[in-house]
Amino acid sequence: MADDSGFLLSQMMEELSVEFQHINVKLLLHEPEPVDLEAIVPIFHSWIQDQVSEDLLLDVASYGHVKAGPGVVLIGHEADYSLDHTDDRLGLRYNRKAVLEGTNQERFERAMRQALLALERLEHEPALQGKLRFNGRDIEIFINDRLIAPNCSDSLNQLEQELRKLLAKLLAGQSYSFAYESDPRRLLGVRIQFGRDFTTVDLIKNIGPAPVEQVS
Amino acid sequence: MKASNQLWKEQLREKMPENLAREIDIFETEIALRKQGKLDERLFAETRLRRGTYGQRYDNGQRNDGRKVQQLNFPSGRLTKGPNTMWDAPGMQRIKIPAGGLNAVQLETVAELAEEYSDGIAHVTTRQDFQLHFVHIDNTPNLMRRLAAANITTREACGNSVRNVTACPYAGVCQDESFDVTPYARALSRFLLGHPDCQNFGRKFKPAFSGCSQHACGLTALHDLGLIATKRQNPETGREAIGFEMYVGGGLGAVPYQAKLFSSFVPPDELLPLAQAIARVFARYGEKKNRNRARLKFLIQDLGIEKFRELVFEERKQLPFDPRWTEYIEQALESAEAPSRSPGDLPELVTIEAGERGKEKFNNWLKCNTRPQRQPGYVTVTVALPLGDITANQLRSLADIVRRFTRETIRSTVEQNFAIRWVSKTDLPELYRALDAVGLGDAGSGALVDIAACPGTDTCKLGISSSRGLAAELRKRVSEKSFQSDEAVQKLHIKISGCFNSCGQHHVADLGFYGVSRKIAGYAVPHFQVVLGGEWEHNGSSYGLPVVAVPSKNIPQVVSRLTDRFVSDRRSGESFKDFIKRSGKTALKTMLEDLTRPASGDRSFFSDWGDPREYSLGDMGVGECAGEVVSPLDFGLARAERELFEAQLEFEKGEAEQAAKRALAAMITAAKALVQLENPNIGDDHDRIVSEFRSRYYDTQKFFDPFAGGKFANYLFDAYATSAQSHTSESSRYLLDEAQLFIDAAHSCSNRLETPVTV
Repeated sequence: MADDSGFLLSQMMEELSVEFQHINVKLLLHEPEPVDLEAIVPIFHSWIQDQVSEDLLLDVASYGHVKAGPGVVLIGHEADYSLDHTDDRLGLRYNRKAVLEGTNQERFERAMRQALLALERLEHEPALQGKLRFNGRDIEIFINDRLIAPNCSDSLNQLEQELRKLLAKLLAGQSYSFAYESDPRRLLGVRIQFGRDFTTVDLIKNIGPAPVEQVS
Repeated sequence: MKASNQLWKEQLREKMPENLAREIDIFETEIALRKQGKLDERLFAETRLRRGTYGQRYDNGQRNDGRKVQQLNFPSGRLTKGPNTMWDAPGMQRIKIPAGGLNAVQLETVAELAEEYSDGIAHVTTRQDFQLHFVHIDNTPNLMRRLAAANITTREACGNSVRNVTACPYAGVCQDESFDVTPYARALSRFLLGHPDCQNFGRKFKPAFSGCSQHACGLTALHDLGLIATKRQNPETGREAIGFEMYVGGGLGAVPYQAKLFSSFVPPDELLPLAQAIARVFARYGEKKNRNRARLKFLIQDLGIEKFRELVFEERKQLPFDPRWTEYIEQALESAEAPSRSPGDLPELVTIEAGERGKEKFNNWLKCNTRPQRQPGYVTVTVALPLGDITANQLRSLADIVRRFTRETIRSTVEQNFAIRWVSKTDLPELYRALDAVGLGDAGSGALVDIAACPGTDTCKLGISSSRGLAAELRKRVSEKSFQSDEAVQKLHIKISGCFNSCGQHHVADLGFYGVSRKIAGYAVPHFQVVLGGEWEHNGSSYGLPVVAVPSKNIPQVVSRLTDRFVSDRRSGESFKDFIKRSGKTALKTMLEDLTRPASGDRSFFSDWGDPREYSLGDMGVGECAGEVVSPLDFGLARAERELFEAQLEFEKGEAEQAAKRALAAMITAAKALVQLENPNIGDDHDRIVSEFRSRYYDTQKFFDPFAGGKFANYLFDAYATSAQSHTSESSRYLLDEAQLFIDAAHSCSNRLETPVTV
């Protein structure tokens, strides 16, 4: 009788695997001096005027008056972009709202690419005079759906597996470390620190261009 | 829209109260019907509004981006969720919080929903509700299920219904109250929620409770139904009895009305039946067609308070006894709040880190944000929220804080803040540290810096000017010098509405503003009308004086000029209200005259605070506050359609017996809707409904089809007569078809009938 336990195990793993949707990517910013979040408002409005993203961009919500909050949010139909100040850590955040088809890896890559492209645009924004740029080594990734991805060790293990694949490509084999959010009430999330500095351009090049894909 | 949308219903099945679960299932079915084009958009609009699911600015699929009007090409194309309201357009979800009472789990639930379905912010409103913005309608049923699992409902948070029952957040702990109104507010809220007598209003109906007449916390004077706790000596027994002063017909809006005294003493056991009788009179005689005159205040103005009172007492006599009138109050009285910590005194030596600055902040916080309770050793702490906004992380931290210092309870306030009650004085330094660590330790609650604002042009379709943008700007300027300013100025109230509809309650502010627009050199310029000298105290008992319209960008100067003048010119002990009255409109207008013109050559006047786009009124839409006036007949027939749809789903699942029962129920629902036109109090007894349908519609031939005669009515009679028999798949199928024909015939009958006007 053939030993098919390996096959069964991989089939079980497949069945148990989480389909990660609603991926959030936050790229932390170098912040030599406090940034006036209000300065971002007209920039996000101009992004709507020019519909700079493949996502449908709708409106701007400003929460600069709230401490450690979402900052200034560019509301979209498929995704929101924000200059987010959650946990007193300033970063460009991409929040995927619409469900995406494809594999987990494709979804992570897409979210990462969209976040990087948005940050690159901000870095080159003349009105900001280069004041906002990627800090070179800190990113955060969250899954904004507690039912499909509760903040527990099982889903964290699966998230980590997916992120290792993503980071191998994004960092071209360079080292990194993980840190986790321990409060189970918060979104499943990982803070990643790179072993060396990268520029936005490096990371965009590593992640590669977008493949043709379908959005549902 | 969310990946987990298919999973929540099963996940929460055991955790939701049955009635709330059923209500949400119905809404989900209505969403499905609307998507299939089987539910009229006008009807769907009112049904979603009654679940608190509002439209938002730009939901007509167009947005002025400052250069041009952009078409927003949503994936669902032309599918609508109401007249001129695109399906995919983000909307607002209002969440009812009766008396503002919340527990730790509920705070955590709202935090999760703000993160997963909105933009990470929960907004506390001027009526103690929560609002989440930018929510997709496809996510709302599960959002509601998650709330229901935490025992919160969104039902009747909007639309022509009984809105959130508000109450003084200090009820039960206030030094000046007659007694704790909380149980009565909760009982009234529970009793009127979904009550059949409250389903046919021409507009909304807002109740409010206050424990006293001298403070503002309940704002009873500006509500449709205002109840102030009072006591009196029972002449027969000589004992003191508790009751309520009952006021009716208050309201803000474009023309504010002060509520009128309906009764100086309503005993607790008469509270619910009298409210029910008022609801019946409002439903029967209130305006339905002209929504601008459909609030209760207009009915009372038209009838006069005496006649209105007479009609209500007449109606009260007709009401069949309902045990819930007293049961609900008795049950609510069982769950009084109590402290979790021993009473204490503020430690003499308070160590607050961060040196002198830290001490000063703590002292300011103690001064503004704490209030002694009538229970010695305890205080109520107000958590000041900037513009009523709070993040998901802050909500979770607040949940931790109330778990640590209280019995897990907290209340939202009409000043868009939170009140933590039953805090032992000993705990104040620790509590302050915990709040400050998460950005919730700002002083200034109830002070000049604590500015209230409605959403305005940020998200509201009716917004004319940016109330939140102005509030944020004033807050920035005022907070810098808030505690250095004159004591008399520190306690003034600023309230801002984006339009004349007064959601920011500008009429009862010392300095009130509401959005208007003016043309200057051929261009639209955002303005605010300046309204001065309203009274916040005494439950909002007098309204301000509109003085002059000023460009938005000059409003900060208006505030500083008026407050400076008040400090320099006021007489000893004079209130701002009295100062305004003494100054007079002409002098005030003159004082502000130069500010009514934009600074020459300054282009910034042509855009609004917080919004760099060139100002335009092009994005204004039709408001949904009033909801759609849909007749009970339309509602009844829609309900019948939905029941039949559910029957069809059961049939497809092979549940023939259940499908047949539900199909018959759908026919009876349609018949009842018609009977109700002539007998509004028909009730739910099936024998009676079928019998009255026969006498009123079959015997009179009103239901007869021009070609088929009474054929379709006979489907109902036959199905009802044989309802005890079991059904095969085949007979169930026939019954489903007959039910559809019967409901179609009911629609035709409805079209033929001239619906009587109930005014």
